[in-house]
Amino acid sequence: MARIDLDDLAHSYGGNDAPQESFALKPVTMTWRQGGAYALLGPSGCGKTTLLNLISGIVTPSRGKILFDGNDITPLSTQKRNIAQVFQFPVIYDTMTVGQNLAFPLKNRGVAKAEVDARVKQIADLLDLTPYLNRKATRLTADAKQKISLGRGLVRSDVAAVLFDEPLTVIDPELKWQLRSKLKALHRELDLTMIYVTHDQTEALTFADTVVVMHDGRVVQSGTPAELFDKPAHTFVGYFIGSPGMNIVPAEVNGQQARIDGHVIGLHRNYGVLPAGKKIEIGVRPEFVDVAAPASGLLSATIERIDDLGRIQFARVRIGDAKFAARVPPGFSISGNTAGLVFDPAHVHVYADSHLVEGVA
Amino acid sequence: MDKTVNQKAWFLVLPVFLVVAFSAILPLMTVVNYSMQDTFGNNQFFWNGVGWFKELLDPSTDLGGRFLASLGRNLFFSAVILAIEVPLGIVIALSMPREGWSVAACLVILALPLLIPWNVVGTIWQIFGRPDIGLLGYVLNSIGINYNYVSNDIDAWVTVIVMDVWHWTSLVALLCYAGLKSIPDAYYQAAQIDGASRWAVFKAIQLPKMHRVLLIAVLLRFMDSFMIYTEPFVVTGGGPGNSTTFISIELVKIALGQFDLGKAAALSLVYNLIILIVCWVFYTVMTNAGAERPAKEGVA
Repeated sequence: MARIDLDDLAHSYGGNDAPQESFALKPVTMTWRQGGAYALLGPSGCGKTTLLNLISGIVTPSRGKILFDGNDITPLSTQKRNIAQVFQFPVIYDTMTVGQNLAFPLKNRGVAKAEVDARVKQIADLLDLTPYLNRKATRLTADAKQKISLGRGLVRSDVAAVLFDEPLTVIDPELKWQLRSKLKALHRELDLTMIYVTHDQTEALTFADTVVVMHDGRVVQSGTPAELFDKPAHTFVGYFIGSPGMNIVPAEVNGQQARIDGHVIGLHRNYGVLPAGKKIEIGVRPEFVDVAAPASGLLSATIERIDDLGRIQFARVRIGDAKFAARVPPGFSISGNTAGLVFDPAHVHVYADSHLVEGVA
Repeated sequence: MDKTVNQKAWFLVLPVFLVVAFSAILPLMTVVNYSMQDTFGNNQFFWNGVGWFKELLDPSTDLGGRFLASLGRNLFFSAVILAIEVPLGIVIALSMPREGWSVAACLVILALPLLIPWNVVGTIWQIFGRPDIGLLGYVLNSIGINYNYVSNDIDAWVTVIVMDVWHWTSLVALLCYAGLKSIPDAYYQAAQIDGASRWAVFKAIQLPKMHRVLLIAVLLRFMDSFMIYTEPFVVTGGGPGNSTTFISIELVKIALGQFDLGKAAALSLVYNLIILIVCWVFYTVMTNAGAERPAKEGVA
């Protein structure tokens, strides 16, 4: 159980002299508090697994430090770091029973037999593995095996953090929910720091209190699911999180007005004069743009199709060349293939070179 | 469902049937025929029933004594080389590099002995071990070890065993290496996190994962060593005395040396049967080991 500090941490598989653009993980400094549930979210190859392996010690960073509770553990081996890790594919020891699997990390550390038995029993209870304790672990299903992998981590009382590397990849969809809520429950019960790597936003947003979104080796935003949704710090976050993702369209912004395709929409905040030479875009989530009947005061768009998601409908429209998604208000019926768009100014954000610009309220 | 009747299909099977008949069935039947008869040359045969088989299993007769003695030597030989080659092969496989150019180098070096024809291997060791001109034999004798595989039983045995280990350990090592390479990295990483020692990693991960290739290795090495002929024949000729006369060497002596076709045929049938039974036992063990795994395993 520990607070984790990353101090200017970076890693390059090509060595430190490689250009920083090629780093698998670009320098990052952040603090993860004791007992938090964190998710590292990003597409394949964004550096999230590298970051996880740096923390577990499987990979040694080419730059920077990692601190557990203020102690620099960067030079320590994986064994000495006291972390637990659950891998993408369940790792179990074939020849052992479930109970022996769970006892393995304690036996390796020379813990007395009575204590081993007690811990194994306790963890097996926690993970609902008690009925299988004497069964060979090979014959169990993937989700049970994944629980055993987790159990091997939890069985040590001194574990500093539990790391998950896309642990639900090989689990059947209907069991994913069960296992995920089990993880949530364990997190509440055991007060452990948990770090969860995934490319699935639903997994990340439901598991974590803090989601760290990564893109191209960089941490682009770290915040609660609500923050990521309401105020994405980077266009990538806006686009990657949410379904459908945030609308990002080029615009001219001046003071409290944005001009898209010749049409002016009002903004909630004042942006003054934005620096020249930067790519200015506005971003707004489809949930905060409503389709309405065409009217002179509204930005007009061409409707391409309607996606019905059950409880909500989204219209896929086109403004000039830009694709756009907007909510169809309940009870609104579309006639013809043009529509007007009504923006909620409080949720329209301005981005300069993909980064959020804070306006003055 | 109606089946099309097309008798012409038989003509397509016929070539295979003829090949198998001439290459396997007819020779085997000839051997079965010989094993029931006695001959004094001139293509004259006398019926002997199961007489040769009875003699074969009776140690008090000449044939039975020679068979059982050579069978004992064969079993001892196989046991010794398995006891050396399997652990040695595992150790070599474990100490091989896992990536980089050195992998290719190691594989080539290991494969070399396997590519040398049997009689050449025999000749190499025959010369290598000679006390007068052989590097090994000369060096051993000059540092005071009295080594001569032509006159000393134990020296002959040691030579034959070392030769087999030199020739075939690579096979075990290569099979084990293939088994080791198929273990995903996550297993080693998990073991590291679990604080496993080198020995625990071997026992909990590597050995169980090599289980199947090891069974194959043991089967192949048992079969081959049980049928060994060329190398000991070239090096020791079965001597000194009869000390390295294996079943195959005995068989050739009886069939070609004494021209006792009946005895030789009976001996080869029994020899064949032993190998078939061992094969069958191994096959059963292997398929059972495979059936133990749950069907879902393939996903990963």
